[in-house]
Amino acid sequence: MSYDQDLMETASGTRTSSGGRSAGSGTGPGSDEDELLPQLVAHLREHRTKLRQEWAERIQSSGLLHAMTPQEMTAETTSVYDNYVEVLETGSVEALQRYARDLSERIIPRGVETHEVVGIVLLLRDVLARSLFEKYQRDFGMLNRVLDAYEPAANRIANTVAVSFVDERERVIRQQQDSIRELSTPVLPVRERLLILPIIGVLDSERARQLTEQLLTGIRTHRAKVVVIDITGVPDVDEAVADHLVRTVDASRLMGASVIITGLSPEIAQTLVTIGVDLSKMDTIGDLQGGLEEAERLLGFSVTRGDGVSGP
Amino acid sequence: MTPGPKLVSILRQGPYLIASVHTALDDTQMTRFQEDLIEQIGRHRSRGVIIDVAALDVLDSFATRTLRTIGEIARLRGARTIIVGIQPEVAFAIVSLGMSTGSLETALDLEEGLTYLDGPTWREPDRARAAR
Repeated sequence: MSYDQDLMETASGTRTSSGGRSAGSGTGPGSDEDELLPQLVAHLREHRTKLRQEWAERIQSSGLLHAMTPQEMTAETTSVYDNYVEVLETGSVEALQRYARDLSERIIPRGVETHEVVGIVLLLRDVLARSLFEKYQRDFGMLNRVLDAYEPAANRIANTVAVSFVDERERVIRQQQDSIRELSTPVLPVRERLLILPIIGVLDSERARQLTEQLLTGIRTHRAKVVVIDITGVPDVDEAVADHLVRTVDASRLMGASVIITGLSPEIAQTLVTIGVDLSKMDTIGDLQGGLEEAERLLGFSVTRGDGVSGP
Repeated sequence: MTPGPKLVSILRQGPYLIASVHTALDDTQMTRFQEDLIEQIGRHRSRGVIIDVAALDVLDSFATRTLRTIGEIARLRGARTIIVGIQPEVAFAIVSLGMSTGSLETALDLEEGLTYLDGPTWREPDRARAAR
C-alpha cells in the first residue's frame, strides 16, 4: 500500500515535470520514452476502480461472459486489470501468461468462447485508451507518444491472452482425444485365453493402426489363443481399413492366435465383396454370441446351465 | 564357424529340437543356421522343431523366407516346424511388408509350441478326430 502511494507520488511528480517540459518544447523530442510507461502505469493505478468498473459495464453491455456471476466478474476483472497494468509496467508477459492459462482452465469447462475472451481483453484495451485520450486531450504530441508506448504493449497483452486461451483449449481437446482413443479399443479377456474386442464407431486408419497394436500386445499379455473382434458398432469400412483388418488377422495368426470376426453388417459385407478384399483367411460369424460359442468350442470350453438355476 | 558366443543354440528335448535365436542373424549366419538345423534333424531323428525368435525385434524378408524354407525341408525329412515367440511389432511388420508366411506354423511361446507338437498332427487328422 505504502509502496503504491510512493510509486504514485513519484510517478505523478514525473508526470507534472515532464508534462511541463513537453508543453514548453511543443512537439519536439522533449520527454524520454522510458518515462512514458511509468507515467501511464501510475495513471492506470490511480484510476483503477473507476476504469475497472467502466470495463465491467462494457463487458456486460456487450453481452459477453454471461456464464459468470457478477461476483466472479468483479474478482476476475480485478485480477485481469492488475495483471494488465503489471505487464505494462514490467514488460514481461510471463506472469500474465500463467494467469491467462489458469483462468482458461477454469472458464473453458463453463463454455466460454474464444471470441468472448478476446473481446474482453480488447474492451479493456479500448477503455484504457479512452482514458488516455481524455487525460492528454489537450496535448496532442504527448498523447501520440503515450499511445506509441501503450499500443504495442496492449497488443502484446491481447495476443498473449488469446494465445494462452487457445493453447489451453487445444490442450483440453488433445487430452480428450487421447482418452477417447484409449477407451475406444478395449481388449477384454472373457475366458482363459479368449479375448474380445468390441469396436464402436468409425474405423479410420489411425484407429485401425492402434487397434492392431493393442490387439497384438493383448495377445501376448493374456496369452490368448482365440480373439473375437466384434464390429457390430462400425458403420462403414473402406478398402484400406478392410486391408488392415486382414493384416491384423494374419499377424495375430503369426502370434499363435486365431481371430474370429463377428457382426459384419449387410452393408459392410457387401462393400467388402464389391471391393474385392481377400477374405478367404478371415473367419467370420454372424453375431457376437455365435462368435463366442465358436471360440469356446475351439478352446474346448462347454457351457451348460446349472441344475439349480431355473431357466428364464 | 563364426567366432564368439553362439548365436543360436539347438537343444534336443525328447523327440523335438528347440532352436533359440539369441540375436539378429545376417544372411550367412541364417543360412548356416538352416544347414545346422536340418543336419541335426536327421542326426536326432526328430519329429518336431521349435524355432524360438522371441529375442528378435526384426525379421527381414530373407530371414522369413529362410524360416519358411526350413519348415518345408524339415517336413520332407519327417519333422514338423513351428515358429514361436514372434513379437507383436515383428508380426505386423511381416504381414505389412507382404512377406508370405505360407505354410509357416506359429504359436505364442515355447510352451505353446510344445503343446502344439504334442497335439494331433497333420498326418493323422482322421485318427485324432476319431479319438475325440
